[in-house]
Formats: sequence, C-alpha cells, structure tokens
Amino acid sequence: MSTFRTFDAARAESVTTPPDPPAGRRRSRTLRGERSAAAWMISPAILLFMVFLIIPIILAFGLAFTDTRLISPRPGQFIGLDNFAYLFTDPVFWASVRNTFYFALVVVPVQAGFALILALLVNAKVRGTNFFRTVYFLPVVTSMVVVSLLWRFMYEKDGLINQVLGTLSFGTYTPIDWLNDPVWALPAIMFMSIWQGVAFHMVIWLSGLQTIPAELYEASEIDGASRRQQFLYVTWPGLRQTATLILVTITIAAFSLFTQIAVMTQGGPLDSTTTVVYQAVRTGYQQLQTGLASAISLVFFVMVLIVSGIQRYLTRERS
Amino acid sequence: MSRKIGRIVAASLATLAVATTAGCAAGGSGGEADGATTIDLWTHAGGNDAELGVINTIVEDFNGSQDRYVVEVTEFPQDAYNDAVVAAATSDSLPCIVDIDGPNVANWAWAGYIQPLGLPDETFDGQLEGTLGKIDGEVYAYGFFDVALAMFSRESTLNAAGIRIPTVDDPWTGEEFNEALAKIDALGQFDYAVDFGTGGGGEWIPYAYSPLLQSFGGDLIDRSTFETAEGALNGPEALEWAGWFRGLVDDGYMAQTSGEDATADFVNGASGILYTGNWADATVRGAFDDAVVIPPPDFGNGPTIGAGSWQWGLSSGCDDIEGAQAYLEFAHDTKYFVDYAEAIGLIPATLDAAAEIPAFAEGGESRIYLELANQFAVVRPETAAYPFISSVFQKATQDILAGGDAQAILDKAVSDIDRDIQQNGGYTF
Repeated sequence: MSTFRTFDAARAESVTTPPDPPAGRRRSRTLRGERSAAAWMISPAILLFMVFLIIPIILAFGLAFTDTRLISPRPGQFIGLDNFAYLFTDPVFWASVRNTFYFALVVVPVQAGFALILALLVNAKVRGTNFFRTVYFLPVVTSMVVVSLLWRFMYEKDGLINQVLGTLSFGTYTPIDWLNDPVWALPAIMFMSIWQGVAFHMVIWLSGLQTIPAELYEASEIDGASRRQQFLYVTWPGLRQTATLILVTITIAAFSLFTQIAVMTQGGPLDSTTTVVYQAVRTGYQQLQTGLASAISLVFFVMVLIVSGIQRYLTRERS
Repeated sequence: MSRKIGRIVAASLATLAVATTAGCAAGGSGGEADGATTIDLWTHAGGNDAELGVINTIVEDFNGSQDRYVVEVTEFPQDAYNDAVVAAATSDSLPCIVDIDGPNVANWAWAGYIQPLGLPDETFDGQLEGTLGKIDGEVYAYGFFDVALAMFSRESTLNAAGIRIPTVDDPWTGEEFNEALAKIDALGQFDYAVDFGTGGGGEWIPYAYSPLLQSFGGDLIDRSTFETAEGALNGPEALEWAGWFRGLVDDGYMAQTSGEDATADFVNGASGILYTGNWADATVRGAFDDAVVIPPPDFGNGPTIGAGSWQWGLSSGCDDIEGAQAYLEFAHDTKYFVDYAEAIGLIPATLDAAAEIPAFAEGGESRIYLELANQFAVVRPETAAYPFISSVFQKATQDILAGGDAQAILDKAVSDIDRDIQQNGGYTF
C-alpha cells in the first residue's frame, strides 16, 4: 500500500510543476488554443446538461404557478399560489413529507454507520476480504426494480422472511403482513433499501480508510494507544472529508425515494409509505396535473436545498 | 499544432454526433412511395405476436386491395405506447390511425388528438356497445374485441358447500353470494373463499371493482351531468359497497392483497371462487373438468361488468382522412373480427363474427362471456376526466381495503375529482 502512495505523491508533484515553462507570448497563444479546444470538448456535455436539466428546472419553476395539464386543449393559465395553497391543505402531501423525513432520518445514520462497520471489517488484513467485498457489493449492481420485486415476494405474509422468523422463534412469532401493515410497511422498505445501498457507501468509506497513512497507526501504536483510541483519534479525523461526502449523497438518495414505493406499495397502506417524489410522479403522469406536480417538485427542491444547507453548515471546516 | 487541431476535430465530431442523434428522433413520417400515399398506423401490440399478426394481415390485405394508399404499421410495446402518443401529439406528429384503450377515448377526443370516424352508421350494426368509443352519439373509435369479467368456481366445490349454481338469467343476489362465501369458508379447504385479484394495481382496480360499486347503486361519477362525483361515489350505496368489500377482508373470506397471479392460485386450490376476466378461461378449464363460469352477483342494481378494450381511432391532424377512413372501413369486416377472436381468444365485438366462431356461437362453451358483455356491460364513464378519476379511485379502493375510514376516503376522492373537473372547465368540448 505505502508504495502506491509514494508513487502517487511523486506523480502529483510532477503535474504541479510543468517540466519547462514556455515564453510568455507563446504560452498565452497555446493557452487560448487550449481554451477553445476545452470549450469544444465540454460543449456536448453542457448542451445535454442544459436541455435535460437546466431548462426543465426553469420550466418547472414557471409551471408551478399555472394550471397546465399534460393532456389538454386548454393552454395553462397563471393561477398564482393556488397549487401551493392546495398542497399545504392536502393531508396526502403532508403524509408524504412526513414519510420522506422519517425515511431520511433513519436511513442516513443507519446506512452510513453500517457501511463504516462493513468497511472496517473488509479493510482488515485477513484472507478472503476480496470475497466479502464482492458479496457485499452484489446488491448494489442489481437494479432497484428487481430488488424491490424480489423483496415484495419475501415480505408476503407466507413469504421467506416470515418463514425464517417463525422457524427461528420456534413458532412463538405471529407473522406480520409487512407491506400491508401501516406501521411496518415503511420500516420494511427502509431495511431493504439499506441492504441494497450499504455496500456502495462501504466502498467509499474504504477508499477513505486507505488514504490514512499507515505511519500514523504505527506511531499511535508506539505511543500505546488502544484500538478504540486509534479509531477515535486517527481513523475518524482522517475520514472527515469522506464522511461529508457520504452524508450528502445518502441524504439526497434518501430524499428522492421513489422506485421502491412505486414497485412495492404505491404509497399505501393508508398513505404510510407515500413520498414527495412518488406524489410528484403520480400527480404529473397518472393524474396529468403538470402544474401541481411542478409545485410539488419546487417544494421538494427547496426542502433538499435547506437540508443540504444545514448539513454544509454543520460539516464546515472550522479554522 | 496538429495535436491541437486533432483535439478540436475530435470535440467537433462529438458535438456533431450528439446533435445528429438528437435530430434523428424528429421527422420521418408521411411521404409518398410509388405514387401511393403512405398512411401511418400505430399500435400498442408490439411484442404480442398473435394480435400483431392479425393487424399485419389486415394491412397487407388492404394494401393489396387498391393502389392509392399504403398503410404502414409502427408497433410499440404496450407500456410505452401511451407516452409515445402523448409525445407525438405534443409535437404535432401523430400518425393518421392510432389505437386507444377504451377508457382513454373521451380524454383524447377532448384533447383534440382524435376526431369522429365519419363512417356510415350501419357499419356498426350488431356491434357490442362496449366496443364503440361513443361521445355525444358520435363514434370516435371502434374495437374488434371485448373482455368480460366473470367468476370461476368448480361444481364439486359448490355442491359440497350446498350452493346453487347461478346462471346469466338467474344470478346470485348479494345475500346469496355472502352466504356462499360463508359456506365455502366453512369447508375449510381453501386459504380464502374468494379471490378478487386484490394484488392487482393500476387500471385493473377501476375496471374490476367499479362494476361492483355500480351493482350496489353507486358510481364513479354522476353520469347525468358528468360534472360531479358527489352522491355517486360517497353516497350511502357507495358506503355500503365499501363496507361490504372491506368486510370480506375482516371476515377472512378474501386477502387484502392477493397473490401475483390470482388464476394460478385458484388453479392450485388456494381459493374457492375466482373473480377475473375471461382471459383466464383456458387456464381454468384446462385445470378442472368441472369448472363453472358464474355471472357476478346482483347487489341490488343488477350484475355489472366492465367493458371497452383497445379500439381504433382517427387522429385530428391526419392529412389524408379519406385514406384513413378507407382503411378503417375495410378493416371493419366480419372476417377480421373472427381472426382477432381466434388469435387472442377474446370476445368478438360483433354478433355476426360470434356466430362464425363455434365457441362463441349459440350453445358454445364461451357463449356466456358474450352474453355477459351484451347484457351486463357498463363502460367506464365516457368523460375526459376519466384518467384522473381512475387514479383517485385506485387509491381510494386500496385505502378502503387497508381498513381506512370509508366515509373520509370517499369524501376526499369526491372533492379531488370535483376540483379537477372544475379546474378543467367541466371538460366541455
């Protein structure tokens, strides 16, 4: 490992110091040439980014204040804040907001923590870690739709999970109809989502763990630090950047919960699993209310913006 | 220097590649070939070889029968079809002939996607009402086949439980049906006495359960004005329906969410009575020698079943209406109704065609489906609000089955539907 790092460091140095700095004029011409080439290079990406992201976002902001329909002979009309007024009195929308936060509040810490434990385990220098890394990573490369379908079968009342629990508890356990029980449906989906996504974040933690110089561990060992102290004063501070990245990515993924809901419960039973994104899609495509769906998206955008802002503030570099 | 040029060329090529791929999607419709006008036709039957085969036969016959028009078929998988049509309509590039799922006809007519067919009235003599997309007396679309909802059981089961086997002329009353469930449940043979296919979602819910609601005397919308659902969807009849339906779950007669494949569960002996469409006929009869087909019960307002499957319509932006009409008239031939029914096993949409198919002729083993469709079919409300109503009803039904407060759920459904109709200016044409 340490040989790799030295090699990387050498390469990084060679990049920051150009081999022979050219004369002023020639340099600026080359620079201009490089700039135009760069502009050309980036133009396809910018074009696609504009067409498929920036323009739709701007449109959604505008449409949120109209009653535009997906299929209609009547052009959309400006209706001010009517869509928002309706949303804020709609119990289904509030249930969606509540469920979205509930999901994020549980999934973000649990998935990040569990991923860290897995990363520490597979980072141990014992034989067979590659095997476990692969096994843990398998759910990540499987499509979420497929995973959701399979777990829907497993969560059935006489499905695999109840059978296993029944066997393990020697019959003292009464089967729960997981996805049809308003109390259990969302926790069941949380469990599955964490199982599916945890290995992805394990890999990110792992990459963070491997950037911590081995010398620090050696030094702390000489100083007589225990394993716990090593984790608290060497490993954890070294993972600071990684932790921020993981926090932000899991939060955004958790807020945009949709696939599992669409495949497994369609927001039911009794709105116990409906989410903001699911409501936006249902309103926009199934109910053809483009304007109202845009309003939901706008609220969602603001929600994510505020949460990310708070996270940025809490994880900022303190000098 | 040359390296720089190379880089710029590479970047330009990349940009060009993106631009051309984007451009390819647009354009490429209409046009003339060999002096004949091309008429485009879109179908949802992609991937369904039996149905697509019939469509191709009709088109080949039509193209061979004259030399003024050439009909060209474009097939889509069913899941992507509606999106394709909506996208094409938005960019004003619909083909001349489209197929439409029955309940969408009114919405698409209102949106200006399709226009009245303009074929002579006698073309549709002897056609099942449910297979015509009619609005204000004008035919916007016609279909070749329909589907009937029915109940399946076994003679041995019903005899063992001591239950009368009902007929189309003398169906079970709601009371008889509830007693039958209690008796079947008492046999102790089945996980559930009846399987209503509650594991299904999407359009299955209004298709299968709104007829039950109608049999109780309720409806999805007040059909006298089509402007409000008040009273129809949240009146005492609708509440009675909701209480009865949820009651089946409470009594343990029915699963709140049944299995993925209700027909397979029935064939495997998990349920005593199966409620589904006649597409299950072959599977059920193949499994049991003593299978019986039962009309849905009469809960007070007569037995009712859904109606309306895929139909053919004429788009509003069509440049060659005459050619499209010529094709639609040519295709409306008993011969092709027979082909359709034989290829996909569903109910032929005209009585003439039914008479030519042994299974659907008088005394045939599938005749009962034709009778059910002919006597009990109620089309889903022919209003442009239907897609919205359907979505609201899906959620309401699932909430009721999950044990929610029926009055609150139905009141909310009604206020959502009324708000939508009002926002759309009553969906007037």
